[in-house]
Amino acid sequence: MAQGGTEAATQSGAKTQFGYRRHADQDRAASDIAEHPVVVVGAGPVGLSLAIDLAQRGQNVVLLDDADRIGEGSRAICFSKRSLEYWDRLGVGDRMVDKGVVWSVGRIFHGPAELYQFNLLPEQGHKRPAFINLQQFYAEAYLVDRVEQLPGISLRWRNKVTALELRNDGVLVNIATPEGPYRLLAAYVIACDGARSSLRQMVGAEFAGQVFEDQFLIADVKMTAEFPTERWFWFDPPFHAGRSALLHKQPDDVWRIDLQLRPDADPAAEKRPENVRPRIARMLGHDKFEFEWISLYKFQCRRMDKFIHGRVIFAGDSAHQVSPFGARGANSGLEDAENLAWKLDRVLRKDSPESLLDSYHIERSAAADENIRESTRSTDFMAPNTAQEARLRKAVLALAKETEFGKRMVNGGRLSVPTVYESPLSTPDCDTWRGGPQPGTSMFDAPVDGRYLTDAFIEQGKRFTCLAFGNGGTVDLPKAIGMVRIGGEGGLADVEQSASARYDAGPGTAYLLRPDGYVAARFRHPTRSALDAALSRATGLNRVWP
Amino acid sequence: MTLSTSSNFAKPDDAFRAIVEAHRGLSDAQSADLDAALVLILANHIGDIAVLHEAITLAKRRVIDAQQQQQQQQQQQQ
Repeated sequence: MAQGGTEAATQSGAKTQFGYRRHADQDRAASDIAEHPVVVVGAGPVGLSLAIDLAQRGQNVVLLDDADRIGEGSRAICFSKRSLEYWDRLGVGDRMVDKGVVWSVGRIFHGPAELYQFNLLPEQGHKRPAFINLQQFYAEAYLVDRVEQLPGISLRWRNKVTALELRNDGVLVNIATPEGPYRLLAAYVIACDGARSSLRQMVGAEFAGQVFEDQFLIADVKMTAEFPTERWFWFDPPFHAGRSALLHKQPDDVWRIDLQLRPDADPAAEKRPENVRPRIARMLGHDKFEFEWISLYKFQCRRMDKFIHGRVIFAGDSAHQVSPFGARGANSGLEDAENLAWKLDRVLRKDSPESLLDSYHIERSAAADENIRESTRSTDFMAPNTAQEARLRKAVLALAKETEFGKRMVNGGRLSVPTVYESPLSTPDCDTWRGGPQPGTSMFDAPVDGRYLTDAFIEQGKRFTCLAFGNGGTVDLPKAIGMVRIGGEGGLADVEQSASARYDAGPGTAYLLRPDGYVAARFRHPTRSALDAALSRATGLNRVWP
Repeated sequence: MTLSTSSNFAKPDDAFRAIVEAHRGLSDAQSADLDAALVLILANHIGDIAVLHEAITLAKRRVIDAQQQQQQQQQQQQ
């Protein structure tokens, strides 16, 4: 298989090969094992982002990876607005967006004809687009660069975790290296070691779910083409009768092609470039392209029962797996990282009880369920399980030609949006609202003073922050809370009243944002005691759940 | 809103007839296609997921009842 992906990365200056280096921890005596507050296992997008987040909050992190290079092939390519906002908070957003291919429009075709198109971000005034496409190795390379700027992170390549010993107050981690084994004592281990997680096996957790029989072929091809930067999805295209196909642009003139194969297709044969080439040539109408990467996959939708096993916490693909149609894999893993980082930081500082971490499982396992539900529905629509399912799909596709409701039922992948948490950390609304993000919702961006609300949030230090509108009474804020004032005297200018409209805000309205940018509570006219109570609840100090 | 099971048509026979006639001259496969489209169109017109679930439950009970009856008859024959 071509390994051009890695080469391309090298050409563009992104470093993908790293060396093993001995660490002083390896020289410690068996009776004097090095102790660390957090050991993150797996330097993929999730582990790297989590390590950066924790380090930016002042934590020391050991980040272990069993390889010494960034994985080949583009793998994940669609990174959501929400992920980009997270990466902005980690200081890598601009680099990702500068390199990535920005898109927000998708088109769905049935046979030779276009059925409809959709725009995932029809509204102006957001810092980040609905999505960028970027090869995963670029994302990882940029994250590694950021890691190297942070002295709080010790990134150790070719450090493979071989065993875990779970204790009440920590985990004894056994690690193999090219120079032999050593051990670390970690207060917390975060397993970001992917779908085939070995740590999941070490804690003896089940990973059950639904296996889909249909096979899909991914090919990344390099070519210069005039297709627009949109997501094109076909049902039953002329070049691939009876199946579905997807075309998507990546940086460096690389195009992602996804072809659904017959369930009984022979994987080895299907993967051979000489068999893939004519199929793609039919799709593109020419064969002036080079293969960058070919991969064949079947997928599963499943999740762990519990994301937390004592002091071992699972995040990303190690905890949950979805089908790729919907960009819900890497993006949901990044949401896990952001959800966990601030909670773990508070627990390590003893600002919150350890039970705050339970809310990580509650919020993110519900998000995993939602992602699994959405991606299962997309997959079932693309590959109907029974004759009647196929008949219903046929009816939807036919109705889509002339009805709006039919178009909306066509499911060629529902793309990742942040989950709304039904969370014990949220304070239920006590005022009347006609809109705006309800508690448990990720903050909405808006243009303010020539920049964006998400920027203003970052400048407050990614901590609990009060978002206050207009010239209400001066809000008496609890200690250590950030403040963003919109409109009124001394506040950020509310450009075209966008922020007020998006937050259904009047003079005096205040939103309490969590460190991950989620709404914890909102008030028309907040009082100090109401804010204190909301903050206690959101930090797990006043536990209201069993 | 809940599913209305009282008679809503002034002339129920007309409604039944309209559906029957829509299927006239169609093969079983075509009929099944027609029903699928009709169900989707009507479901969207109702536009209430709770009502749709109720309708599905009511309809599905017919299928289950029929299945049970059939099984009982088979047992009696044995």
